[in-house]
Amino acid sequence: MILRRPFLWIILLIAAGFIYAPLHDNNVSLREDLILIAIAIILASNLNLMIGYTGYVNFGHIVFYGLGGYVGLYLTTVRGWNLVLSALVAGVVVSLCGFLFGLAILRLRGAYFALATIGILQAVQAFVSNFDPWGRSTGMYLSFASYQPLGGARRALWITYFLIIAVMALSMILSLAIKNSKFGLGLFAIREDEDAAVVLGVNATLYKAIIYSVSAFLPAVAGALMFFKNGMIDPSIAFEYMLSLEGIVMLMLGGQGSVIGAALGGTLYEKLRSYLLTSPVLSNFHLVIAGGLLLMVVLFAPGGLIGWLYRWVPRSRKVIE
Amino acid sequence: MSALLEVRGVSKRFGGLVAVSDVSFSIAEGEILGLIGPNGAGKTTLFNIVNGVYKADQGSITFAGKDITRYSPDKVVHLGLARTHQIVKPLNDLTVLENVTVGACFGREYLDMAAARKVASEVLQQVGLGDRAGLVARSLTIAGKKRLEVARALAAKPKLLLLDEVLAGLNPTEVATMIELVRKIRDSGISVLMIEHLMQAIMSLSNRIVVLNLGRKLAEGQPDEVVHNSDVVEAYLGFPDIVDKLTRTD
Repeated sequence: MILRRPFLWIILLIAAGFIYAPLHDNNVSLREDLILIAIAIILASNLNLMIGYTGYVNFGHIVFYGLGGYVGLYLTTVRGWNLVLSALVAGVVVSLCGFLFGLAILRLRGAYFALATIGILQAVQAFVSNFDPWGRSTGMYLSFASYQPLGGARRALWITYFLIIAVMALSMILSLAIKNSKFGLGLFAIREDEDAAVVLGVNATLYKAIIYSVSAFLPAVAGALMFFKNGMIDPSIAFEYMLSLEGIVMLMLGGQGSVIGAALGGTLYEKLRSYLLTSPVLSNFHLVIAGGLLLMVVLFAPGGLIGWLYRWVPRSRKVIE
Repeated sequence: MSALLEVRGVSKRFGGLVAVSDVSFSIAEGEILGLIGPNGAGKTTLFNIVNGVYKADQGSITFAGKDITRYSPDKVVHLGLARTHQIVKPLNDLTVLENVTVGACFGREYLDMAAARKVASEVLQQVGLGDRAGLVARSLTIAGKKRLEVARALAAKPKLLLLDEVLAGLNPTEVATMIELVRKIRDSGISVLMIEHLMQAIMSLSNRIVVLNLGRKLAEGQPDEVVHNSDVVEAYLGFPDIVDKLTRTD
């Protein structure tokens, strides 16, 4: 059924572009730019499942990415597992954690839920900072030998890049599949009016816990890959609160609830951020500008770029999801 | 006649307020039971207890042979007991069709999307919203939203439908079409429990009427029995002999 959605082909085309662009002339600096964009798209797309689809604002979404990175790096370095398996296991473990967190905090609604997600982020960060096997606050380093099974560092970085692009494509396909499913319809009903949804037969408690857990999976896999690529992890970079907030800015900018909106917002925001961070004048102001941008979007275009497009070209709804 | 819904000795307190106290009644298959009473009598609270939004402090509720006293609302729907809300709760940003599809998807038959969409468009035709299927729900008029409530509940393919003041706020023409709709629903084999303030409507539709006052059951019986019951008249109008007085001046 999802195969009939024209949008699926757009996603695959985007992914192909991401692979072809740096590969055809072995452009490593372009690859590094694109990897950041891909991570932004992964985070924003999966955050969209919570905020855009279900109507629950998660301020601590980055916790999944960081935990995934930790589990992944632990498995590859300490246990010597292979990368793909480690990343998948990281995804599963973090999803299970997410399910348990979700059952605990999803009884809360609105602002109270949002506060609890910050609490979870802080609690996990505090735990990891004191957890011996994961190197406490100094974190973990990847030994250079870990790149050997993938054919040396140079090849390993390319392989990691392809895997991250695959995760990016999967994130968008997952969003698309959920959007067109019965499960997704249940989530939309919860977003619009949770009490009404329950009375119509949606098991809201279970649905929320499932989507919270699903939204943890691919960011955790991406975290495992990304920190493998970076070769090191510590609590402050793994659980960077700012990145969690910026994920929300990306989503609002692009258009919450829309698959391409999340991706577009992730891309544009990441571009803007790298421009601001490298510009000598503005580098200290990038969060000020992000905050201002969020304010503008919320006030003047609550539907984000895609919401704006839908309003002016209603027909675009059919193709652009 | 076997009872489809059996409510026995149900009570509910909110802090010091006894909202519903020791209420019992039953509904037979194919019956329309009217539930009336002054404002604050506990009618909507009773609905909320029956469909599981509130848990009863005492008493039990049996539906189609199953004890549903502790069931959550979503499980109650799967058994075939659907309801509408007095204060309409449309899923605003979804289309009318999607709203009803939710009802069909998660209702008694737990349909998949394609089948649910089909049922939804049939039900929309039935309630007269067929031409508005593609609009977002927030753009409907109040009468449209009331119909949407009914359509969503019907799409769940219930055995029993709880209607909470579906006629309130409608103009006379809309009332007439809604009454016709309720009658058709009953004729299609669905039992109905309805709260209504509009006396002519409830008198003409109901097979039996239950009257609540201050959380207690005041009377139960055929429509004309109930309106001549002096307790009922007193609860509504204050003076037990007002009917006689009024008829004398006529």
